[in-house]
Order: sequence, then C-alpha cells, then structure tokens
Amino acid sequence: MPLLAIQDLTLDFASGGKSVRALDHVSLTVNEGETVCLVGESGSGKTVTAMSVARLLPTPPAQYSGGKIVIGGGDVLSMTKRELRAVRGAVVNYVFQDPGAALNPVFRVGQQILESLKLHQPEHATEAEVIRLLTMVGIPAPEIRARSYPHQMSGGMQQRIMIAMAIATRPKLLIADEPTTALDVTIQAQILKLLRDLQKQLGMGILLITHNLRVVQEVADRVAVMYAGQVVEQGNVAEVCARPHHPYTRALLKAVPEIGAGKERLLAIPGTPPQLGSWPTGCHFHPRCPQRQHDCDEKEPALIPTLGERRARCMYWELTPAPNEEFHGCGD
Amino acid sequence: MVAATKIDPLLEVKNMRVYFPHRHGIFSRTSSHIKAVDDVSFEIHPGETVGLVGESGCGKSTLGRAILRLIKPTAGQVNFDGIDFLALDKQELRARRRDLQIVFQDPYSSLNPRMTVAQIIGEALDIHQLASDQEARAKRITELLQQVGLNAEHASRYPHEFSGGQRQRIGIARALGVSPKLIVCDEPVSALDVSVQAQVVNLLQDLQAQLGLTYLFIAHDLAVVEHISDRVLVMYLGRIVEWGPAERVIRNPRHPYTKALIAAVPKGRREEKELLKGDLPSPLNPPGGCPFHTRCPIAEARCRTERPEARRVNDAHHVACHFA
Repeated sequence: MPLLAIQDLTLDFASGGKSVRALDHVSLTVNEGETVCLVGESGSGKTVTAMSVARLLPTPPAQYSGGKIVIGGGDVLSMTKRELRAVRGAVVNYVFQDPGAALNPVFRVGQQILESLKLHQPEHATEAEVIRLLTMVGIPAPEIRARSYPHQMSGGMQQRIMIAMAIATRPKLLIADEPTTALDVTIQAQILKLLRDLQKQLGMGILLITHNLRVVQEVADRVAVMYAGQVVEQGNVAEVCARPHHPYTRALLKAVPEIGAGKERLLAIPGTPPQLGSWPTGCHFHPRCPQRQHDCDEKEPALIPTLGERRARCMYWELTPAPNEEFHGCGD
Repeated sequence: MVAATKIDPLLEVKNMRVYFPHRHGIFSRTSSHIKAVDDVSFEIHPGETVGLVGESGCGKSTLGRAILRLIKPTAGQVNFDGIDFLALDKQELRARRRDLQIVFQDPYSSLNPRMTVAQIIGEALDIHQLASDQEARAKRITELLQQVGLNAEHASRYPHEFSGGQRQRIGIARALGVSPKLIVCDEPVSALDVSVQAQVVNLLQDLQAQLGLTYLFIAHDLAVVEHISDRVLVMYLGRIVEWGPAERVIRNPRHPYTKALIAAVPKGRREEKELLKGDLPSPLNPPGGCPFHTRCPIAEARCRTERPEARRVNDAHHVACHFA
C-alpha cells in the first residue's frame, strides 16, 4: 500500500458568491522511501494539492468537492480534528518555500525546534535532541546556533532549520514546497543534497514541489506534471523526460535553456497559463498546444494509461515527438 | 561574437566603486563601508550582450544601477559613447539617459498601478519630447506595443490586467520608447514562469537583431546567461573574478568559484557534485586576500593574505586566481 494515495481530488474555492475550481480530479501516489516531484507553473495547483494532504487549507474558502486522500491508513478528508492532529507531524510534515516567513522572528531557533518536539515527540523534547537535529541538517556549531534568532541566519541556514523542525516529528512523508526557490544555486544544491541524505538515513517518502524540471531530473524517482488544476502526465522521471507523452511536458523541457547547450533558440510556449476560474473547455492545454487536433477543444481527456505504469491526459499522446525531434504532420 | 578590438566600446566602466556607509551607534557615525562594488572595470561593445552573473548580494544589481547613475558611484569612471557619464550635470544627464535604459526584475512593482499602459510608455516620450503631437504619440505607443508582442487595445489598460510576462513586455516597451543604445536588463526573466521566460528571452534576442541593441544582462541563472550572452562576467563579493567569451567561461571555467557555480546548476543528471561550503560572507566584513578563500576548495596560505590580480589565460578570457 502506498504511503500517500490521492484519488480524484477535486477542490473549489468560494469567492464572492462564486465557486472557482482549483483542482480537478488530481491523483497521485507516494510510496515509502520514494521521492515524487510535483512540477508545474504558478497557479497550476501544486501547492494546493500539497496543502490538502494534511488539510491545511482553511474551509471555507476551500471546499473539498470530491476524491480521497489516504495517508496513514485513513482518508484525511473524513477525519475528525483529533485524528487529523495525529496525522499532522507524526505522519506528514512540511518544509515551505520562504523560511524567513515560516520561522517566528522573536524566538530562538532552538526553542522553535523544541516546540515542535514538545507537540509531537514529547518524550524526545530535550536540548540534546535539538542539538542532534541541528547536527543532522548540517548546522555548524549547533550549540551556539541553537541560540540564534532567525534573522541572524542566512536563507540557506534558515531552510536547514525548517528541515530540522520538520524531521523532528519523525514523519513518514516529508512535503517540501519549493524549498530552494528563494535560494541561490550554490545553496540550492546544498539543500537538495541534504534532503537526499536525510531520506537515505530516515527512509521517509518525499513529495517535492518545484517548477524546475532539471531539479526534478536530479532528485525524483517519479514525477507528476500539473497544468491548470490537473495532473497531465506522470511516470518514472527518466522515462518521462526522455520521451514525454504530454505535449506540455515536452514544451516545458524545451523551454528551459540547458547549461553548455549554446545558443539554440528556445521553444517558447505561446500564450500564458490560464487563470483560475477561466480554464478552457476540453483539454486545458489546447489553446497553447502545438499538436492540437480538431476535437481537443470539445472533449476533455482523462488521465489514461499510456506505456507501462505511465499516464497522460492527452487523447493524442502518441503524436508527441521526443524532445529532440520535430513535430510531423499534426496540428489543425 | 563582436571582435573585442578595433571598434570603440559603447560602454567603458573603469575602476568603479560603490560603497555604502554602515552607520552604527547613537550618533549614527559611519563606522565602516559595505563595498558593494569594488574596483570593477569592463567594456561593452556595440551590438554585444554581456552577461553579469553571481549570487544574490554579490553587487551585480548595484553595478547595473551605478552605471545608469541611479545609484551614485563612490569612485570610478563610466564612459558611454565617448562621453564621461559621471561628469554630466543634471540637465545633461537627463538628456543622455535616453541612450541608457533599464528593464527591472519585478514586473509587479516596476509599473505604476495607477497609470495606463499608454501613460507608462508615453511618459518617457513626453520627457524626451519624442512625439510632436498626440497623434504621433499614440502611433508610437502602438508601434512599441506591437514590437513587444502586444497590441493597440492594450494601451488603455492598467498593469493589474496583465500577467507577469505581459507586464515585462510593457517594461521592455517603455525602455525601447526612447530608442536607447544600451539596455541594462536586471534579472528580467527570473520572476516569470518557465514557459513565459522563453518568450521574453526570445523577444529580447529578436529586438536586439532588429534594432541593433546592446545589453548588459544581469542574472543569477547561468543557463539563461550562457544562452543570451556573447561575453560573461562573473562577480563575487563586489569584484569580477572571471570574464571572457560566454562559451569559454561556461564550458571551460578557470576560477574555482565559476566552477562551483556551474557545478551547482541543476543539469537533469544524477551525479555527485562538488558543492561549495557555506554562504556568501558578509560584504561588510569581506575576507582578506582573495575574497573567495573562505569557500574555496583549493585555497592555500597565500590566498588568505595576497589578493590575486586578474590575468589573461587566453585571448579574451581573464581570471583573478593564483592557481587558475
């Protein structure tokens, strides 16, 4: 049984008497000890999906309109508050994008980690455990650093503190929402390595949310690509990147310049991602799709099995060329 | 690449220093200086794109702004098109600013939310008296909007009605309005979504080909910089530590900092990387000797005391390291 199984999750936001759909039948699994990446552009619904796992979104405005989120043996969406508290921390914990905003500025970082321990692991709530956690996340001179305030630390250090707080509760699943987006590349590489090392030591599953496909290729076992509230493709990372089945995945791969690749013109995706509440009819990607067919604006594709374990939400996925090939004889 | 010899450079920056006073204590005495830009010299030739890379806090944006005199340089020289840009008085500066424009990083805060697109773009035309009458002004605004991939209907709208990529196009149209020779692009794509980044990068390249523009392209994303630049400058703690032709610097970096920076870029391959230890030191109290020695994997005793001079490794490729 997978550690986390999201099935057909549909979520709406109530806004000014109207209801706006944010997630549309999102399905996703994370197995024990596995790293799954959720990749997509801003507004695609990746953060909303992640927040739903521990039901962190305030309801209202959020409203779960369908689907299941099974973690730790139960459906999160039908849990009581008490059951939910048992899942939060002990089963799933989070690392957020902006550590500067996630840490409390008026408490010493050691104290904040201790608080996390007191709530979720009271038997381990000791100074020594705090020092052990700080050492694990690679903070030099942990005894001294535990007494620092967040503003005395750099962004990379703050993110290490956030990770220490998250692993303090010994979760089975760690959800990291763009943990390196606010950081420089050199620090990003350090944090990604830290997450990998911790996973090896602790054997937890990781759901990593990012907009950077190159990061996905470096750290993930499996990937789910999101576009306009839907998972449009999922599968093994190496397979998906070598031969994407959804034209959006292919376009994403081609839109990012590769280091050392010189001056080849970038393949821009025309237009912009659709706004929440104004998703196109039919396939959500069809207005920007280079291999659009006559009925893509009418029929809504389902996330169908393609090859092996892989899935794609495209009726014409077989037309999608490999990243290094051209489109041939398709389009309208 | 544009030949580095013969043609006169469009922009020449010599020994530029930008120091910010650090005030401390009850009388706010200046106790020390933050050396944001410390003795930087380089040239940009007409039609060329020069990329400026480095981690946040290395001084790259300050350098870009100091060239335009948006921040007053502490010392140094900026020669633009044969004139001493730093010696101009206010009035002359205003007139000459036409030739040097900037595109900012954040398309959300760099456009006035109370002005329509026509007002935003038209303001520059008015200041420099580039439109003889209302009709010519409107015509020019439409032309500029089309040049950046928008259309005439957009002129009467407000910034909040646009997406990030479209706003960045408006910012580019505003810069183009006065027909500049050089545009400083300060992280123009880093706030944009990946699918939109490519559109803006392609647009900048198309405009350069059409209008013969010269760019100083400031960014932290090495892949984008390599893609767009003819030459690259690598900056660390206020100093340029390596510079040369883009493909040389990126494919065959010599400075250990450049090497580490390139190694850290996610390449989509699983490999053990040699990672830099620690963070960028505080520019308030930069390390003595070579500024990089605290994080350098090959530092020796000499690096702690002796600042390496820049030297040529071949052709136009230079590096400031004792051992590179």
